[in-house]
Amino acid sequence: MIVPMPIIIVVTFAAVMGVAAVSTMVERRLLGFFQDRPGPNRVGPFGMFQVVADAVKMLFKQDWVPPFADKPVFLLAPIVGFMAVLLEFGVIPITPHWSIAGDLNVGLLFVFAMMGLAVYSVVLAGWSSNNKFALLGGMRAAAQMISYEVFMGLSLLGVVMTAGSFSLHDIVLAQSRCWFVIPQFLGCIVFLIAGIAETHRLPFDLPEGENELGAGFHTEYSGMKFGMFFLAEYAGVAMISALITTLYLGGWGGPILPPFLWFAIKVVFLICFFILLRAALPRPRYDQLMSFGWKILLPVSLINIVLTGAILLWQAGA
Amino acid sequence: MIGIIRTLWLTFLHLFHKNDTVPYPETKPYLSPRYRGRIILSRDPNGEERCVACNLCAAACPVDCISLQKGEKDGRWYPEFFQINFSRCIFCGFCEEACPTYAIQLTPDFEMSEYVRQNLVYEKQDLLISGTGKYPDYSFYNVSGLAIPGKDKGEAEREAAPIDIHALLP
Ligand code: SF4
Ligand code: SF4
Repeated sequence: MIVPMPIIIVVTFAAVMGVAAVSTMVERRLLGFFQDRPGPNRVGPFGMFQVVADAVKMLFKQDWVPPFADKPVFLLAPIVGFMAVLLEFGVIPITPHWSIAGDLNVGLLFVFAMMGLAVYSVVLAGWSSNNKFALLGGMRAAAQMISYEVFMGLSLLGVVMTAGSFSLHDIVLAQSRCWFVIPQFLGCIVFLIAGIAETHRLPFDLPEGENELGAGFHTEYSGMKFGMFFLAEYAGVAMISALITTLYLGGWGGPILPPFLWFAIKVVFLICFFILLRAALPRPRYDQLMSFGWKILLPVSLINIVLTGAILLWQAGA
Repeated sequence: MIGIIRTLWLTFLHLFHKNDTVPYPETKPYLSPRYRGRIILSRDPNGEERCVACNLCAAACPVDCISLQKGEKDGRWYPEFFQINFSRCIFCGFCEEACPTYAIQLTPDFEMSEYVRQNLVYEKQDLLISGTGKYPDYSFYNVSGLAIPGKDKGEAEREAAPIDIHALLP
């Protein structure tokens, strides 16, 4: 089945936006259940139209640019973050035939490049707001995201070595016999943790740590510009879930059900897991976050690479 | 590490717990009879107003939201007007404690929102109810030593006949 490219692009991006919007509602309901309360359940059946209500509210909020802000950069920052996340979805193979970039041979590197860009959004937002809290949040975000990108990349090397390709399509195909989560368990855990830090989600949401920084890097943002940060964060969660699915959980692969359903099930499961993490775990201190990254995750991912390499060489030699 | 996994698991189990939330307008929570809500003025068992306009409630009120004017009829005091400004009332219940006649009482009702602040000033006709409230048998004039038409000194409940101070007998 060959679908024309414009349709693929539009449908994928619309789906990403939809997932991001719906997951804000799902998150609030799930958090409610985790805390023995129903969560927002008034608007529409099961509170499903809460998303619409939120969107309408956000659209009609005054879109205010503080007079002391650096205006062009201030306007640019949320757009950069949002675009970066959306572009990452371009290379994710959702089914064997449904991927915007097709079989891009540097897919994984492209994802990393875009993640690197996402850092800019946060730093620029913090910088251009001309606000102490925002700047602190931006600095934290920069340090956190850059250092966790290191472990993220290192943890992925095991997958790349085993699959022998940077193409996400090939990586999924390489998992047709055994999901990489089993041989690459260490890598998967490191990737998961780094992924949380990368999307600055709770429990690693230090850039926005409400109790210390107001709202961190988006303190000065309002209206739809704030909405873009918000959507980008949830799209980022969906993105990390999609990446973990592709890299470790066999992507679209699975028996009986059609490929798309398998992909969706895995992604939704991971998104719910992210929400569980938010409900269960406290936020670490900033120095704890950093030392955890450099003193534990870095060695673990290096060990993972060495072990994977040794096993691959041994298999090749045998 | 074990702690983190255990936390995750315990939090996950909460998915299957019963909600503690009471979906309020549909299910009303139980409020005990002593709940401190909307204030009423009660009547004694004979159907007369209990309030004797002694002003003790107004004096006790920490936010000064009670205002009343004394009137007199047949030797009994009664409030000519009695206002409670519920936009200031903090529902502390001090007025109920201060009242010597059980006239002013707080009830388990809190649904008294208004769109206009002025409507929160309740007049006597809004406050006065037809029943006795929480103390069905109590009637101030039946236990007090005050003489009123139809009840002389010494005729109240558990009241001894007054001493004749002109008699020489012990
Ligand atoms: S409840 Fe307290 S605040 Fe309200 S009228 Fe009585 S004494 Fe005043
Ligand atoms: S309500 Fe009670 S305390 Fe207040 S004036 Fe009347 S009798 Fe006195």
